[in-house]
Amino acid sequence: MRAIRKMALAILVLVFAASLCAGFLAPASYSVQFRNFVSSPACSRFWLGTDELGRDRWSRLLYGTRVSLILAPSAALVSTFLAVMVGGVAGFAGGLWDRVICRVIDLFLSLPWLFLFLIVRALLPLNASLLASVIVTFGIMGLVGWAPAARIIRVGAQSLRNSDLVLQARACGCHGLRLVLVHLAPSLKAVIFAQFWIAIPTFILGEASLGLIGLGVAEPLPSWGNLLRELTNPQAVTSNPWMLVPLAVIGIVVSCFQLLLPEREFAP
Amino acid sequence: MWLRRIARHLTALICTTLIAGLLGATIVRFGPGFESDEQQLDSRLSNQSLQALRDSHASERNLPTFYVRYLGRLMTGDLGVSRSLARPVSQLLSERASVTLELMGLGILCGWLLGLAFAVPATLLRAPIFDLASSILSGILLCVPTAVLALFLYLWDGPVRFAIGLLIFPKVYRYARNLFADAYVQPHVLAARTRGLASTRIFVQHVIPWAAPQLLALAGVSLGIAFGAAIPVEVLCDLPGLGQLAWKAALARDLPVLVSLTILIAGVTQIINSASDVLTAAWPPERV
Repeated sequence: MRAIRKMALAILVLVFAASLCAGFLAPASYSVQFRNFVSSPACSRFWLGTDELGRDRWSRLLYGTRVSLILAPSAALVSTFLAVMVGGVAGFAGGLWDRVICRVIDLFLSLPWLFLFLIVRALLPLNASLLASVIVTFGIMGLVGWAPAARIIRVGAQSLRNSDLVLQARACGCHGLRLVLVHLAPSLKAVIFAQFWIAIPTFILGEASLGLIGLGVAEPLPSWGNLLRELTNPQAVTSNPWMLVPLAVIGIVVSCFQLLLPEREFAP
Repeated sequence: MWLRRIARHLTALICTTLIAGLLGATIVRFGPGFESDEQQLDSRLSNQSLQALRDSHASERNLPTFYVRYLGRLMTGDLGVSRSLARPVSQLLSERASVTLELMGLGILCGWLLGLAFAVPATLLRAPIFDLASSILSGILLCVPTAVLALFLYLWDGPVRFAIGLLIFPKVYRYARNLFADAYVQPHVLAARTRGLASTRIFVQHVIPWAAPQLLALAGVSLGIAFGAAIPVEVLCDLPGLGQLAWKAALARDLPVLVSLTILIAGVTQIINSASDVLTAAWPPERV
């Protein structure tokens, strides 16, 4: 099992490094159109062929990987930070705070995050810039996806509230933020890290689903989500099977993230 | 005692649902694109027409007023009129609910049956090859976006309605397998095994009762997962359900439809979660 995990980590590092070196590895920019080679099949010049606008698929895949692999962990960071703040306060403070925050968590859990995201994403101005669409897509994911992690972190903080280490720290005069940062947070490190790691593949798959229905990152900037939009054309997929390469990359990367999770963290 | 518990759940349910509606309305109202409309980009429209389009949002500009009026109408069963589809929202919801219910119902049923069909033998047989094969299958399904699964089923004339089942299956399988594995190391199960009880009897009489409350809780969570997946599935496979309505309403910034959908989804999820909480609490403690 350890060997499989090492292999998964190596694949992730390789994919991430390739995406960071997109500027060197990609033969063209993601938006350059080769108008004489529209919908070209895979060849030595275009390894994965070109799309219906004549853009090199291999270049777009590299740049799209960069967008998805940098922004999904960033969104996971935002959601985990919110989960730590909300869940930590609820679990550690207890009483009325806990009850109120639990209701807020329930409220967010009762609305599927994709539905919330759909509402917010669709309400952007029609002329939103490229950068705004990227930040908003992943930013909103982070802002609406914190509730499941907050519930788990709350339970962890609750179990620590009356623990010996916290009692001793309090007896030594340690209170407030210092108590949380120096004693509580390090004890919850494993739970927090697991929640962060779980969120990354969730956000990658979420962005892919949104990209497929046209609400992901705005064109011409590529992301794994909008690269999958080509799959909605069945005839093209049958004649150009290399259009499935982005899907295969998503599958491999997400499975690597899953493999790196501790076995017991698979629970939904 | 029980009446008090149910009353507490009911109060929490109503409050959470109403706040969810307000939250949905607030997001829509203060979204930067609320006032914009695709029709405003039409260069053929005169200034008067553009002004009329802008005025059509007037009743929705003041959020508290809109929401209080909406709730007042809700008491009489009137959910307002959809701005984009020009039809009563209640009519739209009732027409489309059956499609989504069928999609979600079949998906949840199929996912649970498949998940348990793999988790139970994996626990009882303890055959590493079966366990590995099941884990690989569920792992593959966890790594593919549901929208893509649905799209492939749709393009190749497969049963689209099972796409949600393929999303639920790996979650149920992994959760149930871990839960059953935990159950097998409980002292009462170990005692039953040392006394030589048949493995099926141990599973039915000792493992399932121990795992049931947590499986019930997962059943409540499945609903939210299924609705989240129903949105891209219905949009891509052109199924006229509530998910597709949510997508269309969000694109058209249709406040009455979005608020009604938010209240409906939050309410149903809360009811299922509360029911699972009450059932879990009602489960005899000596069986856990």
